[in-house]
Amino acid sequence: MLEIEGLSVAYGAVRALDGVGLTVDRGGITAVLGANGAGKTTLLRTISGLQPAREGRITWDGKELTGRAPDRIARAGVAHVPEGGGVITELTVDENLRLGALWRRDRADRAAAKREVYELFPPLEERSAKFAATLSGGERQMLAIGRALMSRPELLLLDEPSLGLAPLITARIMRILRDLRASTGLTVVLVEQNAHSALSIADNGYVLALGRVVAVDTAAELLADDGLRHAYLGF
Amino acid sequence: MTVRTSLPQASPGTAEQHRTRRMPPLLLHLLAALAALAVVVVLTLVTDEFTNLRIATVGYYLIAVAGLTLLTGLTGQVSLGHGAFMFIGAYTVALLVRRVPTFPLWADLLLAAAAGGLAGLLAGAAAARLRGPYLAGATLALAVGLPALTRRFQDFLGGSNGLNFTVHSRPSAMVGVVPELRWQTWIVWLSVLIALVFVVNIVRGKLGRTFRAVRDDEVAAALSGIHVGRTKILAFLISAVCGGLAGGLQAFLLGTAAPGSFTPALSLSLLAAVVLGGLGSLWGALWGAVALVYFQAWSEDLADVLHLNTDVANNLPLAVYGVILIVVVLAFPRGIQGGFQRLRGLLRRSAEQKENHEKH
Amino acid sequence: MQEFLDLTLGGISAGAVYAALGLALVIIYRATRVVNFAQPALALISTYLAYSVTKGTGSYWLGFAVAIVAGTLLGVATERLLIRPLRHRSELSSIIVTLGLLLVLQAVAGMIWSNEPLAFPYAFDFVGRFSANDLFVVLVVLVIAALVLVVFKYTPLGLRMRAAAFAPDVARTLGVRVGLMLTVGWGMAAAVGSLAGLLATPPFLFPNVLDGVFVYALTAAVLGGLDNPLGTIAGGFVLGVGLSYVSGYFGPETVTIAALAILVIVLTLRPAGLFGRAKARRV
Repeated sequence: MLEIEGLSVAYGAVRALDGVGLTVDRGGITAVLGANGAGKTTLLRTISGLQPAREGRITWDGKELTGRAPDRIARAGVAHVPEGGGVITELTVDENLRLGALWRRDRADRAAAKREVYELFPPLEERSAKFAATLSGGERQMLAIGRALMSRPELLLLDEPSLGLAPLITARIMRILRDLRASTGLTVVLVEQNAHSALSIADNGYVLALGRVVAVDTAAELLADDGLRHAYLGF
Repeated sequence: MTVRTSLPQASPGTAEQHRTRRMPPLLLHLLAALAALAVVVVLTLVTDEFTNLRIATVGYYLIAVAGLTLLTGLTGQVSLGHGAFMFIGAYTVALLVRRVPTFPLWADLLLAAAAGGLAGLLAGAAAARLRGPYLAGATLALAVGLPALTRRFQDFLGGSNGLNFTVHSRPSAMVGVVPELRWQTWIVWLSVLIALVFVVNIVRGKLGRTFRAVRDDEVAAALSGIHVGRTKILAFLISAVCGGLAGGLQAFLLGTAAPGSFTPALSLSLLAAVVLGGLGSLWGALWGAVALVYFQAWSEDLADVLHLNTDVANNLPLAVYGVILIVVVLAFPRGIQGGFQRLRGLLRRSAEQKENHEKH
Repeated sequence: MQEFLDLTLGGISAGAVYAALGLALVIIYRATRVVNFAQPALALISTYLAYSVTKGTGSYWLGFAVAIVAGTLLGVATERLLIRPLRHRSELSSIIVTLGLLLVLQAVAGMIWSNEPLAFPYAFDFVGRFSANDLFVVLVVLVIAALVLVVFKYTPLGLRMRAAAFAPDVARTLGVRVGLMLTVGWGMAAAVGSLAGLLATPPFLFPNVLDGVFVYALTAAVLGGLDNPLGTIAGGFVLGVGLSYVSGYFGPETVTIAALAILVIVLTLRPAGLFGRAKARRV
């Protein structure tokens, strides 16, 4: 399970996260919600090691993640899909995918993983030799998620996967996440501004505002709480 | 509720005070230059001939480094070819003195500066679309290639031996009163200070702000109405005028212009002086120029004292400049002048703290 | 006609050297967005070491091997000690630091081996219009270039290096040791650079021997586009032949200025080089 205690992150004088605590059970899907600037992206970046924390602890499965280099965290089974996907546009689709699993020793397993990703996202297979720069927004998001799945992660961090995507594709991605959780026990932390779609597949939700946790509850309760929704989630 | 219908009147006394307190900057700079010239004259009178030569050398390096710090520091254009402008200035003076000896010295120097400026205009125009490493590479090619032309045009430019000449710049009244070298030192510093007054006014004025705007963000500058290309070319022009003048003064001082003095190492040493003194700072240009002259001197002395063999002695100054560049960039990016500013800031803050303490 | 042929063949073998040194510059630029102005100095020290080894053991090839290894180590050391600390600073900082290293290493070479020209051997017989040595030069450069390109494009290492260069943060989250990739890149580039130094130096070795070659290599790299290895190699050969004609018909002293003129003309027409990809800035 993912445990975060008293996490504080600052960019110079600006406090992006202030004493944030979060717990996600193995196999759980947790949504992290809030307005722009609430600190959601910072939270994910700190978990994956791209951003150093000023205070606090992050552990995954008992293993200490705080202060570790991002590549070590990745090899501990944590995959991070940043906002916009972060596909490397100068590489082909196939190269992007291969990159996702290079640190794994088992070649046969890597090939199998790639086949599975192509099965999940057929448009990627069609464009496998094309440069990622030629992909549409939706296809890039698919590529980014597929690339993250290549390493068979245990913890998947997704930053606004639905941003700029057609609702149909968003729904499809959410379905795929739910299926993966069911089949592989994947743990997911899902950051979204589109709270509705996130809460539709999440078990629990954390609401951030100005770097602090202002609400924690099950997804169902959060959806039902009108006051909270109006105040922090914009609907 | 009372409504004020007129602004509170400033008492007539303060307006008067404001007017006299703020002297136009040009006047201020001219006075400062005059004071500096006086200091230099005094210095030359109390030191020996050897030191006089060093003082003169600091002078023309100062204007060269000032030009480069304006170009690289204020507009962010990295030039590894500043020595080429000095080369042009030196040869201009040499050629004029040899072929048109009736020209007065000040005309020769002016033309040297102008020749440098013309080259700067061309270089700037060619370089306007180049950035960072591309610009550095192109200017390096200029530094390597231009002096090589002396071998191509042997008759005109004197080949590897260069051009030698003698200039008698002392007015007849001064012969016997002031040694030639001392008089030359005064001429050098007079020219340098005049040029510096112009440069300081540019740097502190509107053009200086325009330069910095282009350095910080070309796109933003263009969007706010600045003609980026023209600004960059202008910077090149001004810096090359400084370089040309420096080269001309060097030729005047040494009585010779030879390709061996204008190697790529010179351009790199000038850059080292800029970085050491503090990128973009005119005071820094002074520290850098002094460093250039005195590191050379000290390494010569060190070589003597330690009985270093000639190989080590000859290469020591360049090794030192290289180490300076590395150390300054890694540890003291704002150079000497930056160090002074930090010191001033620290002193000011501790003075303020003392004040606050005393208030309580 | 005879002269034209001679100039062309001479230009091809000179061009091979520019291509190799240019490739070294491009590998580093792609990996770290730094133009390694110290590259000629790293190659210079390697070549001087080869000189000492060859003089001491009588074997050219032992000296050759030592040079390549020494060059690699110097490249690795430069990246870790000088470039790594500056990765968050401005472009100007890394330009200046590599220039500083250039000055230091050239001066150190002069201190240890003196500024006097030293006789440095060719790999093979160098007599004739297109000698055995010329053939060796061209072949070895083509082979090494092909090797480098294959490594980059088809191996997992190359994929990691490209990812580390294009998107270091993303690459980190995919388990790539970005720092290590940068160091490997510098080591590879320095090895190629040392090779270029060994090929360019004969007949005489002195501290400034690689200055001209460096300018031409940089021109070739810029012409080809600083992030395009294939373009740089092509640019090197083309430049070599072109400058050979300039030297033959206008005199060898005009070659550097001609290179400068070519550089300026090409960059004015195509600011990212002939084959480079300009990165548009989003406003």
